[in-house]
Amino acid sequence: MAYTEEELKKELETKEYEYGFYTDIESDTFPNGLSEEIVVAISKKKEEPEWMTEWRLEAYRTWVQMEEPEWANVNYEKPDFQAISYYSAPNKKPKYNSLDEVDPELLDTFKKLGISLDEQKKLAGVAVDIVMDSVSVATTFKKTLAEKGIIFCSISEAIKEHPELVKKYIGSIVPQKDNFYAALNSAVFSDGSFCYIPKGVRCPMELSTYFRINQAGTGQFERTLVIADEGSYVSYLEGCTAPSRDENQLHAAVVELIALDDAEIKYSTVQNWFPGNKEGKGGVFNFVTKRGLCEKNAKISWTQVETGSAVTWKYPSCVLKGNNSIGEFYSIAVTNNFQQADTGTKMIHIGKNTKSTIISKGISAGKSQNSYRGLVQVNSKAENARNFSQCDSLLMGNECGAHTFPYIEAKNKSAQIEHEATTSKIGEDQIFYCNQRGIDTEKAIALIVNGFSKEVLNKLPMEFAVEAQKLLEISLEGSVG
Amino acid sequence: MELKDKLVSSFMAFENTVDLDSPIHEIRSEAIKNFENKGFPTKKDEAWKYTSLNSLRKIDFSIFPKADNAIEYKDVKKYFLHEIDTYKIVFIDGIYSSFLSETTHDGVDVCLMSSALTKPMYKQIIELYFNKVASKDESLTSLNTAFSREGAYIYIPKGKMPKKPIEIINFATGNEASLMIQPRNLVIAEENAELQIIERHQSLTSNAVLTNSVTEIFAAKDAIVDYYKVQNDNADASLIDNTYIDQKGNSAVKVHTFSFGGKLIRNNLNFFQNGEHIDSTMKGVTILGEKQHVDHHTLVHHIEPNCESHQDYKGIYGEKSTGVFNGKIIVEKLAQKTNAFQQNNNILISDKASINTKPQLEIFADDVKCSHGCTIGQLDEDALFYLQSRGIPKKEARALLMYAFANNVLESVRIPELKTRINKLIAKKLGVNLGFDL
Repeated sequence: MAYTEEELKKELETKEYEYGFYTDIESDTFPNGLSEEIVVAISKKKEEPEWMTEWRLEAYRTWVQMEEPEWANVNYEKPDFQAISYYSAPNKKPKYNSLDEVDPELLDTFKKLGISLDEQKKLAGVAVDIVMDSVSVATTFKKTLAEKGIIFCSISEAIKEHPELVKKYIGSIVPQKDNFYAALNSAVFSDGSFCYIPKGVRCPMELSTYFRINQAGTGQFERTLVIADEGSYVSYLEGCTAPSRDENQLHAAVVELIALDDAEIKYSTVQNWFPGNKEGKGGVFNFVTKRGLCEKNAKISWTQVETGSAVTWKYPSCVLKGNNSIGEFYSIAVTNNFQQADTGTKMIHIGKNTKSTIISKGISAGKSQNSYRGLVQVNSKAENARNFSQCDSLLMGNECGAHTFPYIEAKNKSAQIEHEATTSKIGEDQIFYCNQRGIDTEKAIALIVNGFSKEVLNKLPMEFAVEAQKLLEISLEGSVG
Repeated sequence: MELKDKLVSSFMAFENTVDLDSPIHEIRSEAIKNFENKGFPTKKDEAWKYTSLNSLRKIDFSIFPKADNAIEYKDVKKYFLHEIDTYKIVFIDGIYSSFLSETTHDGVDVCLMSSALTKPMYKQIIELYFNKVASKDESLTSLNTAFSREGAYIYIPKGKMPKKPIEIINFATGNEASLMIQPRNLVIAEENAELQIIERHQSLTSNAVLTNSVTEIFAAKDAIVDYYKVQNDNADASLIDNTYIDQKGNSAVKVHTFSFGGKLIRNNLNFFQNGEHIDSTMKGVTILGEKQHVDHHTLVHHIEPNCESHQDYKGIYGEKSTGVFNGKIIVEKLAQKTNAFQQNNNILISDKASINTKPQLEIFADDVKCSHGCTIGQLDEDALFYLQSRGIPKKEARALLMYAFANNVLESVRIPELKTRINKLIAKKLGVNLGFDL
């Protein structure tokens, strides 16, 4: 079958969002709009202690004075923050002990998504903390983890049960006033995950959370806090899909990672929220602040596969504070139709002998715009800092754009920094070479795109790599085999 | 008074001294309005994130220099490329010095902006080219446009080539406590013309000088332009150099920038490719010490298909110097088959020195090859040891390695005498005498 790039493009454009469905679960939703009362009400609803309410209010007060940032290379209609409902939780909220107790409708949703809890439990050995419209409804493997002293629960639970940890670390890496969306999140976050790995413990399984935006007109404001105590190790997975919706949905999450001395955190994300239809209508706005702190000899590794969202604005960063700490960032960002992505990372070298690696792959198709924006900063005390950055872009069709904005600031003479970026399309000669050897064009493109993204896909945990492949398929259907 | 207010209020006085009926009167008025609206750029502007003009804005610069500032040739001979014969357009404190200059109208026009702006015979060309490629939006360029009166005017007709290279030199004598000059150059190379230009700004005393220069270059079909900027001014002189280049099909324009001296240098180098098979090359060597600051901003706008651009900037930063490189490549949707390459390598040799670099790509076409590379590092310890083990003292060994580092850029200098001169400047800057040229 002769399969040209033209046909592929057509098919990509007409490809509807596979996961576009809507689950009808009675929701307990707040009226639209944001005010101090709403912030207090959210806090109250979550039965939070007073210090938390104060913390939220402080964030709200800063947020009111802040302006929405405009520097990113994206165009979109700004969300009306007074037209969003800031709290929505599934109504039936018992604490389940087994899956049988879970609302069958909800289970059905997950089945459609291809997330079978049973299967995940048994085959993959993944503990899944499912966040459905902001409130944690199912937590598995908690017992196994508890035996090791690992705390893995929703953040609201952690606020109640481990206030000392939350109080100490929340906002320590991403302060309330860090940026517009972080401030908003700090004020109204509804739920999220909390994870604490005690000293010297290696978490025996991949921890994972699936986020879903479900209720119409509901913004989702997740807050994730992962703390790896001295010498511990954890691999954390986060994956997302959202149902089809015509109006834009806002998602402003904050993720904070803390890796104490000798600890290692591996944080992987697969993001496949509704990107809008082929006219560019609808889709999720994804404005995320993710940042990690590395103490002595610690390591934080971010891996992300970004295929969804109408607008993405996301820069997972590492603050390399301790000596000999390591930061890594591996990213694949795929944009199609009218999607816009402005994503990258920040590596702040403060300690001596710190190292960072940045590998970013951008694939743009249709009329999409894909930008890499990154900062590598070497402070004057950061002796022997080392950075390697590579940003590659692949363009499919002549209506899309690929952009690179790398900022490099070096203040120490012993710093060694390399940055390289390339932009190209899939070479006709590459396809011809494959054709010649009996590989049809579709498979050839799949092969090339796979090879292009391999460096990043390899960094994903096994179970996730499969899903990431699936998502690449959906986003660039036909071009990935 | 703030420098901005002073400039804006001086505009009327300036306009009265020049011909109000001049066709560019309107252009000047528009430009001053834009400057008045925008003012001097601040660190809040993305393009000026790393370069602050605050210290300059506080200085009470004199804007209208006195006319009678003569200097002896023997005092300034060393600033000319005196080994070879050249055309010279020399300005002293912003005012043309016929004594030091050597202009021509023999087949080609190598003369003055002031006469081009006033004499009727140039009217048509001025209307066609003046302020056509320079930004009407950028405030400092507008400021220059508003006060544009003097500078070099070079017109090379179809198929012509001047007999010798052209030197444009701006001297500041220091007769004023602090002086601001705004040269405005216009270079037009018609079809198949070829020329070489060497530009230099030189202050002769330690009085403060601020030069805000704008050069417009038009390269028609098949034209070849080589432009060399030698920036080795003394520590109290600051330079804001804005160069705008409009290229037509098959033309090749090369701009070399050698930044060794000066207090603050900002180079805005902008290429616009309006045709196919264009070659744009920009290369630079920057060697800084003390508290010097150099900011290279380049822009290559690929508008049509099958064009190329090459950028290669090398920087060596010592003592408390700071360097900035911001290279921007835009490839339009139509500009398929573009090859755009950008390279920026830096060496930091002091703990107090710093470098900020931002190689930026904005690409809207799919069938392109674009790459940029950027490194920050040190001299290779092993290479240094190798040289030392063969009896080369450390200082010379370091210099050798730095020469080698910068050599890529020097290779493409097409005037041998200039190359020798640059080599000497580099040796002086590095404080060594290798006794041979590389």
